[in-house]
Amino acid sequence: MGKFQADWDGPVLECKSLSISYYTRAAEIPAVQDFNLALKKNETIGLVGESGCGKSTVAMAIMRYMGKNMAITGGQVLYKGVDLATLSEEELRQLRGSEISMVYQEPMASLNPAMKLDRQLMEVPLYHEHVSEQEAYDRAVKMLSNVKLPDPERVMASYPHQISGGQQQRVVIAMALLSEPSLLLLDEPTTALDVTVEAGIVELIAELAGRIQTSMIYISHNLGLILETCDRINVMYSGQVVEEGSVSEVFDKMRHPYTQGLFSAIPLPTADKNARPLQAIRGQLPLPHARPKGCYFGPRCDHFRDGLCDGGPISMQTVDEASGHGSRCLRWTEINWTRVGAGAGQDVHADFGESVLNVEHMKKYYELKDTSMAAMIKGGSSRHVKANESISFLAREAETVAIVGESGCGKSTLAKVLMGLETATEGTVNFQGKDLSQVPVQQRQRDDVKALQMVFQNPFDTLNPSHTVGSQLGRVIRKFGGITDGEAVRRRVLELLDIVKLPSDFYFRRPRQLSGGQKQRVGIARAFAGNPTMVVADEPVSALDVSVAAAVTGLLMDIQRTYRTTLLFISHDLSLVRYLADRVVVMYLGHIVEQGTTEEIFSPPYHPYTEALLSAVPIADTSIEKKRIILEGSLPSVINPPKGCVFHTRCHRKIGDICQSQVPPQVDMGGGHRILCHIPEDELKAMGPVIVQKGEPQEAAE
Amino acid sequence: MLILIGRRLGSMILVMLVVSALTFITLEAQPGSVATKVLGPYSSEEQREIWLENNGYNEPIWERYVVWLGNFLSGDFGESTRFKTEVSNVLWPRLGNTAILAAATMALVIPISLVLGVLAGMREGSRTDRTISVVSIFTTSVPEIASAPILAFIFVFLLGILPGTSSFQNGFSIAELILPTMVLVLYDFGYVTRMTRASMAEVMTTHYIRTAVLKGLPYKRVIVKHALRNALIAPFTVVMLQINWLLSGVIVTEYFFAYKGFGALLLEAALNQDIFVIEACTVIAVIVAVGSQAISDIGYTFLNPRIRFS
Amino acid sequence: MTDSALQLSKRPSAATRVLKAILLLRESWVGMLGAALVLFWILVAVFAPVLAPFSPNDNLVPIATPGTEFVTDANWQSGKFVAKDSCTPIEDEPGKVYCGTFWLGTDNLGRDILSRIIWGAQTVLIFAPMATFFAYLVGIPMGLWAGYSRGRVDAIFSFISNVILSYPVLVLYVLIITTIDRSSMNIVAAVVFASAPGIFRIVRGLAMDLRPREYVFAAETRGEPLWYVLFMEILPNARGPLIVDAMLRLGYVIITIGTLAFLGLGLPPPDPDWGRMISEGRQMIQVFPHISLFPCLAISSLVLGFNLLADGLREISLRD
Repeated sequence: MGKFQADWDGPVLECKSLSISYYTRAAEIPAVQDFNLALKKNETIGLVGESGCGKSTVAMAIMRYMGKNMAITGGQVLYKGVDLATLSEEELRQLRGSEISMVYQEPMASLNPAMKLDRQLMEVPLYHEHVSEQEAYDRAVKMLSNVKLPDPERVMASYPHQISGGQQQRVVIAMALLSEPSLLLLDEPTTALDVTVEAGIVELIAELAGRIQTSMIYISHNLGLILETCDRINVMYSGQVVEEGSVSEVFDKMRHPYTQGLFSAIPLPTADKNARPLQAIRGQLPLPHARPKGCYFGPRCDHFRDGLCDGGPISMQTVDEASGHGSRCLRWTEINWTRVGAGAGQDVHADFGESVLNVEHMKKYYELKDTSMAAMIKGGSSRHVKANESISFLAREAETVAIVGESGCGKSTLAKVLMGLETATEGTVNFQGKDLSQVPVQQRQRDDVKALQMVFQNPFDTLNPSHTVGSQLGRVIRKFGGITDGEAVRRRVLELLDIVKLPSDFYFRRPRQLSGGQKQRVGIARAFAGNPTMVVADEPVSALDVSVAAAVTGLLMDIQRTYRTTLLFISHDLSLVRYLADRVVVMYLGHIVEQGTTEEIFSPPYHPYTEALLSAVPIADTSIEKKRIILEGSLPSVINPPKGCVFHTRCHRKIGDICQSQVPPQVDMGGGHRILCHIPEDELKAMGPVIVQKGEPQEAAE
Repeated sequence: MLILIGRRLGSMILVMLVVSALTFITLEAQPGSVATKVLGPYSSEEQREIWLENNGYNEPIWERYVVWLGNFLSGDFGESTRFKTEVSNVLWPRLGNTAILAAATMALVIPISLVLGVLAGMREGSRTDRTISVVSIFTTSVPEIASAPILAFIFVFLLGILPGTSSFQNGFSIAELILPTMVLVLYDFGYVTRMTRASMAEVMTTHYIRTAVLKGLPYKRVIVKHALRNALIAPFTVVMLQINWLLSGVIVTEYFFAYKGFGALLLEAALNQDIFVIEACTVIAVIVAVGSQAISDIGYTFLNPRIRFS
Repeated sequence: MTDSALQLSKRPSAATRVLKAILLLRESWVGMLGAALVLFWILVAVFAPVLAPFSPNDNLVPIATPGTEFVTDANWQSGKFVAKDSCTPIEDEPGKVYCGTFWLGTDNLGRDILSRIIWGAQTVLIFAPMATFFAYLVGIPMGLWAGYSRGRVDAIFSFISNVILSYPVLVLYVLIITTIDRSSMNIVAAVVFASAPGIFRIVRGLAMDLRPREYVFAAETRGEPLWYVLFMEILPNARGPLIVDAMLRLGYVIITIGTLAFLGLGLPPPDPDWGRMISEGRQMIQVFPHISLFPCLAISSLVLGFNLLADGLREISLRD
């Protein structure tokens, strides 16, 4: 590559007042404005921001991979001092994949499904360095073992769908590193993965950053991941960088209200709702074509001042010259930055009432059936999927019980059985004194259906796009409320909208006119329309941005408290669970491996899986230290679960053959805290905590 | 994988059996009308009775079906009332002629539509794309019953360079094959082109194409190695299903150009109530259609590694 | 939360929404051209009695070439639509009257081709939409039910539709129409029988796509009855692709009805039908091409209209 100096020692990448726009039929929409960045050799910079802030657009602009409707409208991107705009199409091709390469969000989608991985990997050295087939193959194998993939030869001969998601992402990373690029862009590389798998990838990235001569840009919406991987951080909001600086400066001495807002909106696994209530950022992200004059964050900012903050474009203000800390806030010197809110100390410990739901030894097996005509005639064979295995737990009035687990753990099946969309194979589901385990929803009493409702995960299809908000809520009221009079129904709908803090003119809106958070609010209103006794919330905020999620979480908790509803909160996010749950049930491959009060779950003794899960949670707090536990291998299939303890294939505390041969007993650690494990009780009790506040003495170290 | 193919073949045979039974019941459920059709409307009641008796029509229908199926499988389709000969004597040569026509059509449709579809889908929204799309909408809007007269008008009446009938009276002739083929190609290629285009355009927006581009591969390799393989899976199945459509088009085309083929035979038999010919033609047509569909399904699983290895 | 706030925001009526959709179509010239063609033929069909210069079945002058003037004896008696007083006497030739022009010529039976095409538009635009409508009436509920419920219902319906679809379309029509009478309602029934399985498949696919949506799930957890889930939750969200499909299918049904008539299996004569007109002229195509050429253009332009309209609608639906 003659164009770039191999021994360049200036910034590997520089963006100088970069502006990028989208073009729609109607108008030009600025996506990114005045973006500046200087990435030094071996440095990792994190780009963090909520969806729509333009962080991925920046990556695509650096790659100069822009469709017809996107263009750079100003500024420069310099790679090793060369303006990328001056490169020809052919020079760009040589740059991509050899000098700058990229890792993407969806590993499965990023790999060609119809091509074996060996070809996909070998292409890189073959086309960039024109090496021999054999050398390309050898390099690919070596790189695969560098990214810690077991059995690289087998992976090479596989198609993408034959390996797991975590392995796919390792292959994509290997592919990106094959030509030893000087710059690696990582665009949300772990968002599509489960937490324990994510932890492995993050560790790999952090380790690579220290070992190889590659500078990185790490794009993420998760501040915890940035802390674990990056040296510097750029916080983006609505197309602009609002704060930049070293990770430690920005995390501990933030000087922009948005950054501060973000931090107060994230739940931490070290604090619950009583210790540190989440503070949502009010309002919502301005649409790109309707940004306010002056500070884009102005309308949502508590420190907004008329005449100053809406005066005109605001440039980056230097906070600390030496460390390169900057903030796009005119009032940063005037604001009191000590963290407010902490220890607001409203003690909201609810007194729980009677048991509402009592699940005992509930099992749900699915038969894998073949419904084709041919199989019906042959009377084909069937296999079982053990989605839920002997589930027992209890939920009381006004209590929040969290079900935690990764994909495939059976939490959705559990919800389906509770709701009556499936019937249990065995055991009882006692709801308000009635066993509903064998009663499908169509055969349930109207009062039972009304009393047990659900909030769903995906804001994009929780509401029917064809009906207005009002008519959807109205239908539920007519169905449950016994109200049939049109006027009364309408009044009740407006009341519900008010409860979820939405304006009444949402009555006639269609779902596509609502933002994600607003749709989730309507979804909550729908669940609470019939004054339910219990609400099952299936990951209700996991698809929302942090600031919005905090508001929706808060709303859900408020309503629950007001109506003393039992909340069954299904989630994979331990921080959130810590924040709002009273009791926690941890599931793995259909089994409950541990349950107890939130306090008990988050402190030792742990089930080894809970321990690993806790260790995997990215925490956006510099004062915290975690024990590193990376689980080996990938999640076994539910069709063919491991014998004995289901967790033994990945367990870091496996004690011997007993784990492979016998189903472990439920050990009661006292007070209903139960752990499903073969490890002797006293050994479990001797475990140290996973998460420790720095400086605090670590009791009971191993 | 083998199970998949086995299951597919099994259901294919089941469909064919049901179809043959349905066809048989539709045409022969009432023995009286069969006799009338075979012996003609002026036959006497007695003649019909004797004929029915001699041909086993007084047996229950399912027994007749089994006998009929056995005969059918051994190639005995019965006697044609219209052609006064064994059905197979007429059927096989006609089928051969239609095969020539179909082969010529497919030989043109496949390359034309795949190339055009890929060109259009490669750069969605480009001028090439829009031109190809509109042209293919136009050609698929002209049905065979319209394109046949129009083409005949142009090439026979105006230009006078091609013969207007294709009955092969003086033996096989390429010139006589051109017009019928043209009619079929014109109507068919647009559809396959549009399917190919849609498939290609979809592939071009996938993330793995982006990966391939950002890996720094030359554009040609991205298209040939990464895009085509995935983009051609869908058109392949469409092409095979096209054979079913082609059989319909063949009837019109053969009728218009007096082409001595299978479609014209079926039509002639239908208009003259020649039931044994109708039966034979229908079942053969279904065998061809179902067979091509099964090939398309099995081919799909071969082309798509995600199914092949699951 | 006051009621006045509610009064302020007006609920968009169905009419304004349809109007909006038409305005959207303006952005696709392909769609506009299609809509114009379809609208043209609808107007022709509606105003056929006014537009047609002659009676479609009157035998006037055999094989007149396009543009021939119809001149006849003053005491000429015939026809419902050529009233005597609409003929004007010709000054040079006493006893002769001019009664109009055969703009597209006449066929071998002396019938005016333009008038037959105009009346034929009425035939095709009555029977094709009717057949398509009934086919959807059959295909939609079956498809929704099968795609949503899966299991045995799906297996049975899918098998039935596979059996019907395994007949090459025209072979199926030939088989049906040779066994039943050739009345117009039977033709419609045959079209319904042959098209419903295709609609079934599309609707089934759409229902399967929409089934895992959370709003469907929400309806289930409310214990909504099956019909509500199928027709209120799923169907409205499948309407986009179904409208596009209906346009394409209408075009195809027009072709089918035309083809049946062309093959002599269509609506019984003598009422004008484009397909039969093409067929009647095909023997003379090398001598008098106008007899079948104009009906060819008529049917092609109408089908083109529907196809372009479908393409325009699809383009628009993909945009938003």
